[in-house]
Amino acid sequence: MKAKRWVKYICTRLFYMALTLFIITSATFFLMNALPGTPYNNQDRLTQAQLDMLNKKYGFDRPLFERYINYLGNVLHGDFGVSLQFSDQPVATLLSQRMGPSLQLGLQAVLFGSLVGVFLGVIAAMHQNRALDVFCSLFAITGRSVPNFVVAVLLQYIFAVTLKVLPIGLWDDGFRSTILPTLALSISPMAESCRFIRTEMVEVLSSDYIELARAKGMSEIRIAFTHGLRNGLIPLITVLGPMTVSLMTGSLVVENIFAVPGIGEQFTKSILSNDYYTIMAVTILFSALLVVVIFLTDILYQIIDPRVRIEGVQ
Amino acid sequence: MPDTAILQVSHLSVSFDTYAGKVEAVRDISFALHRGETLALVGESGCGKSVTCRSIMRLLARNANVDAGEILFSGEDLLKKSNRAMRDIRGGKIAMIFQDPMTSLDPTMKIGKQIAEAVRLHRDVSRREANARAEELLSLVGIDEPTRRYHQYPHEFSGGQRQRIVIAIALAADPEILIADEPTTALDVTMQAQIIDLIRDIQKKTGTSVIFITHDLGVVANVADRVAVMYAGRIVEIGLSDEVFYDPRHPYTWGLLASMPTLATDSETLYAIPGTPPTLIHPAPGDAFAPRNPYALEADRIKEPPLFQVSDTHYAATWLLDPRAPKVYPPESIRQRQAAYQKRQEEKEAREHG
Repeated sequence: MKAKRWVKYICTRLFYMALTLFIITSATFFLMNALPGTPYNNQDRLTQAQLDMLNKKYGFDRPLFERYINYLGNVLHGDFGVSLQFSDQPVATLLSQRMGPSLQLGLQAVLFGSLVGVFLGVIAAMHQNRALDVFCSLFAITGRSVPNFVVAVLLQYIFAVTLKVLPIGLWDDGFRSTILPTLALSISPMAESCRFIRTEMVEVLSSDYIELARAKGMSEIRIAFTHGLRNGLIPLITVLGPMTVSLMTGSLVVENIFAVPGIGEQFTKSILSNDYYTIMAVTILFSALLVVVIFLTDILYQIIDPRVRIEGVQ
Repeated sequence: MPDTAILQVSHLSVSFDTYAGKVEAVRDISFALHRGETLALVGESGCGKSVTCRSIMRLLARNANVDAGEILFSGEDLLKKSNRAMRDIRGGKIAMIFQDPMTSLDPTMKIGKQIAEAVRLHRDVSRREANARAEELLSLVGIDEPTRRYHQYPHEFSGGQRQRIVIAIALAADPEILIADEPTTALDVTMQAQIIDLIRDIQKKTGTSVIFITHDLGVVANVADRVAVMYAGRIVEIGLSDEVFYDPRHPYTWGLLASMPTLATDSETLYAIPGTPPTLIHPAPGDAFAPRNPYALEADRIKEPPLFQVSDTHYAATWLLDPRAPKVYPPESIRQRQAAYQKRQEEKEAREHG
């Protein structure tokens, strides 16, 4: 009975996820084609005949709606077209080569950042308005206001230039080369979750069930982590999901500073050069990730909060 | 009546630091709790009854200071115990039930686990044994199908059931003292009766001593062996239930009883004590109740009345009991009570003698 409800819930959600992706894809397709200019970077020097020839080659001479239908069909077959800026390479190949590093950095940063942030937040809440709390809050404010490229350069200077313990950049030293970019990227999820958890926990720790736990004879630290955190985590999950996606899909600046062959750079370039198929593919990828992460967030909600479980699944 | 005190509170004073100033919430109160009895602490909101109990549990807010006094439990002062030692006593020897069952349970944890957790904190038992004990406790407090309900979350229970679960948690380690802080205030009337029955029932079975905090005199009459009436951080009258209910001596107790509806009440409007309780920032000298007291004497405004002894078990803090005080007659409804009580006592004596 319970399993059946879950299957039904997940199927419904999957349907809506597909619908969402379809709408995003369509909207992006038409908006992108409304952009001025062509994908050809030397279009000023091209004659009309040459332009016609190129348009014919890439199918841009067809009516917009026909191209749209064709594109949807191709995407369903896993064909995302060819990149116009990187010498006709298939977009799928191009992205899959560059996806890896961005995904890895993003996940590492979110995991590390939120773990440390949650821990600091709990400690801060337990010492509300005392020295440790002030320290954690200062850290959180600093983390949120200092741009991550400043942190990136600072980390490079300390660990690569002065101490010479970690590589300054590039993607050629396995895990070691991921440490500094991960740290730089983790500052914002760390600060964000620290601030979030602190606010939540201050409230949770003054609630009646925490008082009851104290009356049971539990120690403060056990109360905070067994009864407090589970309740304090619930709202954090909501912000953490989208944050994960934005980090996984690459940070242009941090990837540039550490010379990481990630996806962030490619997206920016593809927009500037009207690389239609790359824009489409990257957008679809981002949206798909976001939709999946939101789905996972909701599942996680149900695991953590039994009250949502009933409402969501019934 | 057993006369061994299990808990002795002496000259306890507690204050709170607030932005407005120092609030003297509890001012020099003393009382004893006897083994196996139920003592009710009665008074309006803010009279210090909860603060007194939180001092016993050492669960006061961070801005609270215990300024003076001692709380002796099995001969040791709880106020001098280390935090660690206090944790063993909390829930182990002295347990507490809170006012609002809707918010007293962790919404994200199975209720069985919350009970078992309390068991394991104070008993050296395996997880399985703790679970078995939790189920046992659930049926003790009247939750049907404990094995199934063990795995449910708080939101799947009604308010009355949740209060039963909170009681089960309190009983997890067979405490010697149970402090019930307005355990029925948040419940509807039928539930109140059930919960009070349950507490009485448990007390009979386990012999636990109970401190029952309430502002509802109707509830007190049902549960308490003795009653302590608190006003503005002090105990103004303390005695056996019958003594306080039928032979009250303090004008504040008169006011409380007169404002309680009874079946015999025939007047159309219910009496209300005039005025509001005083703020306890720099309390004025004299009796704190004097401004609201139609029977106040000049002495009440100058000097705090001590507790005068009425009988072996009955004390009241009012200058009216001083031999020099003028003779004052309590309000009509109280005199009726006294008369009815006297009649009953005489009948009882007559029966006993013949």
